[in-house]
Amino acid sequence: MTTERNIRLTVNGKAYESLVPVRMTLVDFLRGELDLTGTHVGCEHGVCGACTILVDGSATRSCLMLAVQADGANLMTVEGLADGPELHPLQRAFQRNHALQCGFCTPGLLMTAYEFLRDTSNPTEEQVREGISGNICRCTGYAPIVQAILDVSQEAG
Amino acid sequence: MKPARFDYYSPSSRDEALELLGQYGDDAKILAGGQSLMPMMNMRLVRPKVVIDINRIAGLSHITPRRDGGLAVGAMTRQRELERSALVLETAPLLSLAIPYIGHFQIRNRGTVGGSLAHSDPAAEIPAVCLTLDTEFELASSGGERTVKAEDFFLNHLTTALEPVELLTEIRIPQTVGNWRWGFQEVCRRDGDFALVGAATMLHLDDKGICLEARITTFGAGGTPMRMDAAEEYLSGSSVNADDRSEAARLVSDALDPISDIHASAKYRQDVGGVMVRRALEQALLAQALPFNEGEDAA
Amino acid sequence: MVQQYIGASITRKEDERFLTGRATFVDDVKLPGMVHATFVRSPHAHARIVAIDTAAALAMPGVVAVFTYDDIASLAKPIPVRLYPLPSLEPFLQYPLAQDKVRYVGDPVAIVIADSRYVAEDALDVIDVTYEPLQAVVDIEESLRDEIIIHEAPGTNLAAHYVVSTGDIDQAFRDAEYTRKERFKTNRHTGNPLETRGMVVAYDSGELTVWGATKVPHFNREVLSSLLDFPEEKMHFIEGDVGGGFGIRGEFYPEDFLVPFAAIRLGRPVKWTEDRLEHLIAANHSRDILCDIEIAMKKDGTILGIRAQVYGDMGGYIRTHGSLVPASTAGLLMGPYNVPAYECGVHCVITNKTGVGTFRAPGRYESCFIRERLLDMAAADLGIDPAELRFKNLIQPSQMPYNAGRTRADGDTIFDSGNYPQALTRALDEIGYAETNPKRWVDDAGRYHGIGIATYVKNTGRGPFEGARIVISGTGDVAVYLGITTMGQGHETTMAQICADSLGVSMEAVTIYHGNTDYIPFGGGTYGSRGTVMGGNAVHLACQNMKERILSLASTYLDTEPANLVLQTGEIFRKGAEHGPALLSLGEVAGLAENAGSDEEDSGTLEITAYFEADQLTFSYGSHAAHVAVDPETGKIEIIRYVVVEDIGRAINPLMVHGQAVGGAAQGIGATLLEELVYDDSGQLLAGSFMDYLLPTSTDVPPIESIVLEEAPSPLNPLGVKGAGEGGIVATGATLANAVSNALAPLGVQITQLPLSPSFIVKLLSS
Repeated sequence: MTTERNIRLTVNGKAYESLVPVRMTLVDFLRGELDLTGTHVGCEHGVCGACTILVDGSATRSCLMLAVQADGANLMTVEGLADGPELHPLQRAFQRNHALQCGFCTPGLLMTAYEFLRDTSNPTEEQVREGISGNICRCTGYAPIVQAILDVSQEAG
Repeated sequence: MKPARFDYYSPSSRDEALELLGQYGDDAKILAGGQSLMPMMNMRLVRPKVVIDINRIAGLSHITPRRDGGLAVGAMTRQRELERSALVLETAPLLSLAIPYIGHFQIRNRGTVGGSLAHSDPAAEIPAVCLTLDTEFELASSGGERTVKAEDFFLNHLTTALEPVELLTEIRIPQTVGNWRWGFQEVCRRDGDFALVGAATMLHLDDKGICLEARITTFGAGGTPMRMDAAEEYLSGSSVNADDRSEAARLVSDALDPISDIHASAKYRQDVGGVMVRRALEQALLAQALPFNEGEDAA
Repeated sequence: MVQQYIGASITRKEDERFLTGRATFVDDVKLPGMVHATFVRSPHAHARIVAIDTAAALAMPGVVAVFTYDDIASLAKPIPVRLYPLPSLEPFLQYPLAQDKVRYVGDPVAIVIADSRYVAEDALDVIDVTYEPLQAVVDIEESLRDEIIIHEAPGTNLAAHYVVSTGDIDQAFRDAEYTRKERFKTNRHTGNPLETRGMVVAYDSGELTVWGATKVPHFNREVLSSLLDFPEEKMHFIEGDVGGGFGIRGEFYPEDFLVPFAAIRLGRPVKWTEDRLEHLIAANHSRDILCDIEIAMKKDGTILGIRAQVYGDMGGYIRTHGSLVPASTAGLLMGPYNVPAYECGVHCVITNKTGVGTFRAPGRYESCFIRERLLDMAAADLGIDPAELRFKNLIQPSQMPYNAGRTRADGDTIFDSGNYPQALTRALDEIGYAETNPKRWVDDAGRYHGIGIATYVKNTGRGPFEGARIVISGTGDVAVYLGITTMGQGHETTMAQICADSLGVSMEAVTIYHGNTDYIPFGGGTYGSRGTVMGGNAVHLACQNMKERILSLASTYLDTEPANLVLQTGEIFRKGAEHGPALLSLGEVAGLAENAGSDEEDSGTLEITAYFEADQLTFSYGSHAAHVAVDPETGKIEIIRYVVVEDIGRAINPLMVHGQAVGGAAQGIGATLLEELVYDDSGQLLAGSFMDYLLPTSTDVPPIESIVLEEAPSPLNPLGVKGAGEGGIVATGATLANAVSNALAPLGVQITQLPLSPSFIVKLLSS
């Protein structure tokens, strides 16, 4: 039978096992089956970046993966960013810089920024802009997001 | 906007994948990085009966030196790995130069070299670079393998020499010996978009700066990336000075017969195609090897 | 020291739930037994519906229902106009489902309900609608010829035509020493909030609950009540968290009838989450304006008069506020200038395209582009510096309040306050206008540089009323219930700032509740930069009334006069002894209220509802300035600097006001350089996905320099505020087009239409 499959995966450190229709996208699985609704759907064709999560550490559009493809994978979503009640430095910097208005793009941007900062130490403003250019924010005009990411990189020193 | 129903297979070996392809042929779609196929499936513009996911096949992702000095790249190698590869930078700097222009890093994290080639968008970077590098492609089917040159691979808009039962398994980039220079230019509406039009160039210069061989490819200016024969011939034997570059650009524009779409007119692509070639040639002459550095540890 | 919250850049109270993924957007709402809706939408721009065969879909496992026009026929009424109603518009209104004809690609023909969205979309594949395609009209001028009629009953494609005028326009042109006539066009584009529309509707025991409402939930409840013939008090509209509005979201659309209709018919909760492809053909488009304009001036640059014809492409139907777009274009076409004579014909034109509504600064972005471009052209013709030409004509502070005359069919345009020349001076100073000579040059790389400026004025804070309800509990906690809604504006923080200062409590004690029709009986909603003006003043007024009541209760208890008491940091002090011991806490006063007896109308709870009323608009104003560089070979435009100067009277929270300005400017930059809803001649949308509808990214938007002025508080409300939501976007088209035209003037380029795509620029350069 190839229309449904059993998958096992880890999301934010927690193990899940689920029977999923093979055509279900990963983002629909996270939101609909695991109730991890922090990851958002903005376009479903890989342009807006709202659904960005980390798949085995790599920032990935979860609308462009099938849930079955995540079998065995280790995922991280925005819900896994804070350490309990303690916000991640990126989250704090976003608030401090007013880097969100409606907040819909924010989870995807946070996950993108997470990988970007892991791979790029002491980025320039231009590098940050390039790094987040795959995530559309319709509210802020990006400047405060760029500043928030620069802040965190400077904190990390 | 959800995919239509399909049957899903995730073969763990190449042979298994080829067997499935042999069985389903036209009814099947290969799912590689999914960065082009998945949007089309989500929009139901593509409704394969069968999806063959080749992400779990070992041995399709590698960047290895070949005995003849060239480079072999597995079809499932992620674009991001190429971007970070010192070996690619050393052996095929044009590829390193072009990769950062593909989408955004999240797209490159997932997108594969083979997926880009098999999809063959006429404005995509990897096909244009492969055509410029005189790359060869290994196509496999359950009946065996064959090798196709890049110039014979891209047939028409989103159409390649791949038969329905065939899988692109590896690309082979020949070694370039001598004083080669590289240039890559494109113009987009936004960074990361498919190019309105672009050009890739390679120049082989002798020690006096005379061009021994010129390779010029335009992309986004026709159904496939195209080598610009007239301009290449013109430059060969020249010193590639400003007049030569302008003449090459003119020859390129004359040779192009692009189409209009909502992002640019045919005339624009024709004219700016020449401009891109001229700038890519300037870039090639100015740069020793690799002027592009995305800011990460390139090595 | 008492903390002053108003004016402080306080970070947002609401941020944490968005940052941690715990916000509740409408698609996050999940109810037991919930089914999923999608829509059969017309693939044709103009066609007759011959037959609809739903049998195969209904036979599909998982499909619950399919409803077509026949199912809603007994209820079928058109969706009414919310803003700018005109009698002639009536025959052009949209019904929730197409009856016998479709008039744009995307026109809803049926609603499909299934166990999952996946199955619902499978059903779309097998619903067989037979159409008889008709020739489509996609162009304003072609439509006006009335050769192809889109709505048979009225027999014309001109849904409205009227003239607004002030002064003697004929005399102005007789007296003119210089005239120039031009045609301008602004590109059809739209808001595209990152969260698409959506709703979840539950029907249970005669009560209807609608999640996903926003912008104007009270109005939409009234409309739904009328369309469904369902009692309003049994309908509960809940907003939740909202992923951006920008004018597009929250209007009453066909889906806003159909999803509740299905929920009632099926007795099951129904969810509809619009996908992006639907959004681009179904949600309102905007900005599609054609304008013929002529200016009369003296040789010294003094404006004598402006006359114009404004044509608004309305799409296939008149939507809830479509007619506002050309009306607002005409309404502020004369801008912040002394224009003694003005006449404008306004035309609402039907075409076979998606219906039009507002997008952030509707009509104002358009009119600013038209006017400010024309002024630059006139300045060049007359040999006058563009800034000098503007200073010569700007309305002076001494003229305030200034009646610009009857520029709108529904009344005079009266500028409440402002120092317009000062805002322009500031923008010029920031961009270094005086020092930059010449104002255009070519760099070593062959790029053409130019400076561009534009000024604007923008009405904000539309009345007639807005409400707020305040409840103080025995713990001293202050709950504020708003009639306005929020789509990302940060009202949970700004309204708390206003409340804390106006009442005399700490901000921590205040919690803001919004977006629920059960919270307050009447609410105007959030649009047209009215949130802070109307909602903020409603909170302020409710706080004033509440304070009076608190001091009255306290004075009775303390056996003194209210005038002898003050309320500060949530406690009652004797006047003059604010540093001494508190006499009563707010919680204690709440207790006093409970015992106050039946003469208090709120029957014992410490609760006040107040409605702030306004019959005049507040006018924000400002100037933008930009420095651009254009590559003449590729047509690519780089924005090197972009300055936004905006006077909003008073900034409640500067951090968030800057956020609005910068975000607005970013949208305007996208609109001017990238975004266009392109149709082909057959009425097919060619920019139907985010692959082709290009939103600006972080590498398209430069750092925007935002300057917020508070020089001219509005005399029309106690807080002195004006709306801050739209000033960032208004002048973007004008400023960038002026900068590019200035840069390319030596090559003979004058921009008269948008967007400024590379291909378009190169075409201008080669012609």
